[in-house]
Amino acid sequence: MTTATMTGGYVAPAADEHWTVPPAREPDAVNRLVSAPLLESSLWSWRTWWIGVAVSSALTAVMAVCIVWLFIKGIGVWGVNSTIVWGFAIANYVWWIGIGNAGTLISSMLLLMRQKWRASTNRFAEAMTLFAATIAGIFPILHLGRPLYFYWLTPYPNTMTVWPQWRSALIWDFWAILSYILFSIIFWYVGLIPDFATIRDRAKTPARRAIYGAMALGWRGSARHWRAYEILHLTLACLGVPLVVSLHSVVGMDFAASLMPGWQETIFPPYFVVGAMYSGFAMVACLAALVRWGFSMKALITVRHFEVMAKIMLVAAIIMGLSYATEWFTAWYGGEHSDRSLVAFEFTGAYWPMFDALLFCNVIAPQAFWFGAVRRNILAVCVIAVLINIGMWLERILIIWNTLSHDYLPSMWRLFLPTIWDWLLMFGSLGLFALMFLVFVRLVPIVSMHEVRRLVAEENAG
Amino acid sequence: MTNVLLAQFSDGKKLTAAARAARSRNYRVLDAFTPFPVEEVTELLDLPPSRIKCAMLIGGFAAAALAYVTEYYSAAIAYPYNAGGRPLDAWPAFMLVPFAVGILVASICGVGTFLFETGLPRLHYPLFDAQGFDRVSQDAFVLALIRPETADGRNDVMTLLQKADAQLVEELEL
Repeated sequence: MTTATMTGGYVAPAADEHWTVPPAREPDAVNRLVSAPLLESSLWSWRTWWIGVAVSSALTAVMAVCIVWLFIKGIGVWGVNSTIVWGFAIANYVWWIGIGNAGTLISSMLLLMRQKWRASTNRFAEAMTLFAATIAGIFPILHLGRPLYFYWLTPYPNTMTVWPQWRSALIWDFWAILSYILFSIIFWYVGLIPDFATIRDRAKTPARRAIYGAMALGWRGSARHWRAYEILHLTLACLGVPLVVSLHSVVGMDFAASLMPGWQETIFPPYFVVGAMYSGFAMVACLAALVRWGFSMKALITVRHFEVMAKIMLVAAIIMGLSYATEWFTAWYGGEHSDRSLVAFEFTGAYWPMFDALLFCNVIAPQAFWFGAVRRNILAVCVIAVLINIGMWLERILIIWNTLSHDYLPSMWRLFLPTIWDWLLMFGSLGLFALMFLVFVRLVPIVSMHEVRRLVAEENAG
Repeated sequence: MTNVLLAQFSDGKKLTAAARAARSRNYRVLDAFTPFPVEEVTELLDLPPSRIKCAMLIGGFAAAALAYVTEYYSAAIAYPYNAGGRPLDAWPAFMLVPFAVGILVASICGVGTFLFETGLPRLHYPLFDAQGFDRVSQDAFVLALIRPETADGRNDVMTLLQKADAQLVEELEL
């Protein structure tokens, strides 16, 4: 585009419009780059991939063992006690579902805002969403003392004549996650249909042609089909934004709908949504760097992509800092003893080193993104993104530990000491995520080819 | 059986120009096949309005209503209990479930209508046999015109397509 584009009152500089780098500035070069890992796998030495699969499979096996042990012995194997009834399980759940939000945000919100750079990142961001949300969905079931009864969350006529408690945030959670995971699968698959057709037409073996052909549903790129596709995709995006915002608001409400100090705050839903976007973007930045390095996608995932993601993380870091400050201010200004005492406990209690690490990772470290040189340095963006993810995990664990360790009744004050099973289950879930992602990159085009083709055509026309 | 002329172009602009020229001489443009949506061509096809959004709206609201009725029935009729005088039909607390379920069912209805309107899944289609049609999903732009009955008309269309820089023209029966 040579002419300046109006984007919400801001006039973008014309010379700065390219989101691809020369080798990928032809439609067919895009196809070749993206389909190569699926169709010309001999181009790569897959050693790193196999090592990744071996490590993540081992961690997944550890997770399976943890779950079986948990089912045999009960939640006593964890560090939970009668005071801190939510330990790692719920913190991990909130952390994973937060990461699971960014894919839909990148796909839907950036699509509606006409942010073209999303084209080369949305596919693996959506995959990340799907895998993270699936893992998140496991934890609430695990934390039930009697996980075999989890289906009682669904309304069905039963001989006990009991029904779910619809006023409970935990029931909202169930419906929000269920709808979100199924919606994400639909949204992801719809976006994949034209790309499966490309793979079908490039495939050299009959088996691949048949499998990808079936997945493409016989897509033939007809103008009628494209119109229906565009209407469906855009409408799904419009529905995706409120769904993802409501999902994480509900996660915030799991805490805010209680009466606990440090939880019962009206700021929680938006604060959780921003936190989710924050950790999700951090994870997307890490995965983008991995995909770029692993599949030589330097032409499609450019330094500019990391720069814009760093800017988003910087804004989110500032909002998170403001949210923390608002919490401390309202605790002081409200004058409630338990609230003030909780804030004092956060800074000086047993968990203070973790709390300080949280503030460093979430608020201070990302301030480096003010500097353009840092935003354009992929390694620096990745290091800060990992710090953000650690910080967000600490935030989730401390929301639970601090409030539950220090609620209204001093005689109930206790600390949480994680057991080996807490740690193994957490790292096991990371392994399961990595395994799903590694399998995904071998089976599905990791970048949305038709969207990038369109982007390239528009950029060339300009 | 319809006799179809397939003309292949290297980009969307040439395809659009050819489609405009064909239409201005009253030749019927049947369809266009492109590697990404080309809106200008879609506008030339005079397609009937899509029902996807309508189906999503109806499906979504119907599902939301059903979810609310389920909540109301279970909480106010089947198993009512008084907890501190709170209303049995606690509508603000009941909103989330219809909202989430409504969006889910709307998306399912959208996909269903999409499949109905596009006729997918249909794994094989006669056009797949046309020469170079496998490039459509990659980088080729193909215009499908109804082949004129008369020899004059055919010559005229061929000239028109060549002028528009068609790389390949092929006849096919659909």
